[in-house]
Amino acid sequence: MQIEEKKVGFDINYYIKKVKFSDKSFELFGLFCIFLVMTFLFAVCLDLLLDGLVRIKDKNFYLSFPSRFPQEAGILSAWVGTIYVMAGATFWAIVLGVPTGIYLEEYGGKGKIARIIEANISNLAAVPSIVYGLLALGIFVYRFGFGESILTAGLTLGILMLPVIVVSTRESIRRIPISIREAAYALGATRWETIFHHVLPYSIGGILTGLIIGISRAIGETAPLITIGALTFIAFLPTPIWESFFEMLKSPFTVLPIQMYNWVSRPQEEFHTNAAAAGFVLLVLAFLMNAIAFYIRFRVRRKYQW
Amino acid sequence: MTIDIKKKMDSAVHVFLMIVAAVSILITFAIVWVLIADTVKFFSHEEGGGFPLSIIRFFTETEWTPTFLNKQIGIWPLVNGTFMIALISMLISVPLGLIVAVYLSEYASWKVRETVKPWLDFLEAVPTVVYGYFALLFITPLLQKILLNFGIEMQGMNALSPGIVIGIMILPFTASMVEDSLKGVPQDLREASYALGSSRLRTAFLVVIPAAKSGIISAYLLGFSRAIGETMVVAVAAGMYPQITANPLEPIQTITGYIVQVALGDLPYGSFEYLSIFAAGFALFVITLIFNSIAVYLKSKSMGY
Repeated sequence: MQIEEKKVGFDINYYIKKVKFSDKSFELFGLFCIFLVMTFLFAVCLDLLLDGLVRIKDKNFYLSFPSRFPQEAGILSAWVGTIYVMAGATFWAIVLGVPTGIYLEEYGGKGKIARIIEANISNLAAVPSIVYGLLALGIFVYRFGFGESILTAGLTLGILMLPVIVVSTRESIRRIPISIREAAYALGATRWETIFHHVLPYSIGGILTGLIIGISRAIGETAPLITIGALTFIAFLPTPIWESFFEMLKSPFTVLPIQMYNWVSRPQEEFHTNAAAAGFVLLVLAFLMNAIAFYIRFRVRRKYQW
Repeated sequence: MTIDIKKKMDSAVHVFLMIVAAVSILITFAIVWVLIADTVKFFSHEEGGGFPLSIIRFFTETEWTPTFLNKQIGIWPLVNGTFMIALISMLISVPLGLIVAVYLSEYASWKVRETVKPWLDFLEAVPTVVYGYFALLFITPLLQKILLNFGIEMQGMNALSPGIVIGIMILPFTASMVEDSLKGVPQDLREASYALGSSRLRTAFLVVIPAAKSGIISAYLLGFSRAIGETMVVAVAAGMYPQITANPLEPIQTITGYIVQVALGDLPYGSFEYLSIFAAGFALFVITLIFNSIAVYLKSKSMGY
């Protein structure tokens, strides 16, 4: 009935135009929103670059210890600490994450244990990072007696990275076609031999991508390390690894994001300049790692076409 | 003989992998155990008033000052700050995330998607302390200037600017989950709608989104829980003043912000201040667990197709 009433003034061409117009407008609006988000990202980068330019260009910034005088303060202990801590975190993430991924994908199947572990991993991924800091403070620092050391920090960030590594390991193993496995079995290989000689080498690209993504997230993690008591003023380097491995593990440390937090929370503006410079270094690191991960993913996609 | 050894090797590897995989369960238990153990110690500590009284104080007092001489241990100011930040961030993240997700899943060409996605990944990879800097030294002064035109004064530390920054920060996370659930809607539904003459816009909002409803809500709940657990942005830009307020222009403190503030000082092991961060952390853990569980439940329901 309604249609007939409307019919007098109803112009179908006008209606179609209107619908097409609103469709097109939304498309533009969507693009605009993405553009807005990108502008935000761009503004963050530009803001840090402009604020910290003086120190970013200054070679001494990378070669000196933190100091009471903003112009003399640098990030030497912070970036060295970051390298040590991330090496530890990467070690633990690989040692715990890759076997877990292999187990869930190749052995676990739909078994009960595998399902429990799987649910557990996704729960761990949703736990706020600062709670990992409390775990580390309560257990590693005090109950295990590791202290506020590189060892504790590496373990904490390694555990934090675990879900990312497990998921990426599983996904890249899953992409290997079953025919590869069956060919290996047909030649008499055991399950483990099949995995080690065939499945893993083919999926290494995906695992590596996940690892780099995980590292790029963990490198900027500040909260859990503050909780375990990472010091913000460290005017010495950790004991070098070539002198004593265990002394190195026990050394106190600071890392880039903590150094930056320390500078940003000071009232003097000169320190904010340092914070911006340190933040820009972090941004560059995050960008580089994401770019590498992107490149590897791209390469792997082209190299293996099943 | 060698076959025998090989078989034994194989089952040994199987057991080894299972043990390593089980470590993750151990980690979960360790988290829960350390939080509960130290929270129990917190509630039985004499400075909080001993076991039954301290719990009552925890839920009834309106101030949170465990580090002061006069110790008040009401959790609500911290919960208030935490939820205010999370709500502000969701006000940004829900509409913007939905539009971005609908655009990427229903409109964008393959080429646009492949260009945009890596940048969204990068947005997620930017260290949170960098966003904290940006909130404190860029967004806050900007908002102060804008609001002053309307005669409103905003303090240097406030809930609004970290809330906004967190909202954009978690956008890639929520948008990609919303996009996944939109993509999970069967193509048949879309085609049926197109066949009836609907435009893409109508199809997206009247067919696809309603069909993916529970997945979308689940994505937003996970985003909410992430905003609750976000630490560095609020530690830098939201202030250190736990209070019960509805005004986003005032300084506040979140649970995470409190933990950072106390952890920065040198804590004697087992002291009341030390234990208080575990009680606060336990509250945080429970709150995020509730939101995550609802999200997981909704997601399992949305697998109906």
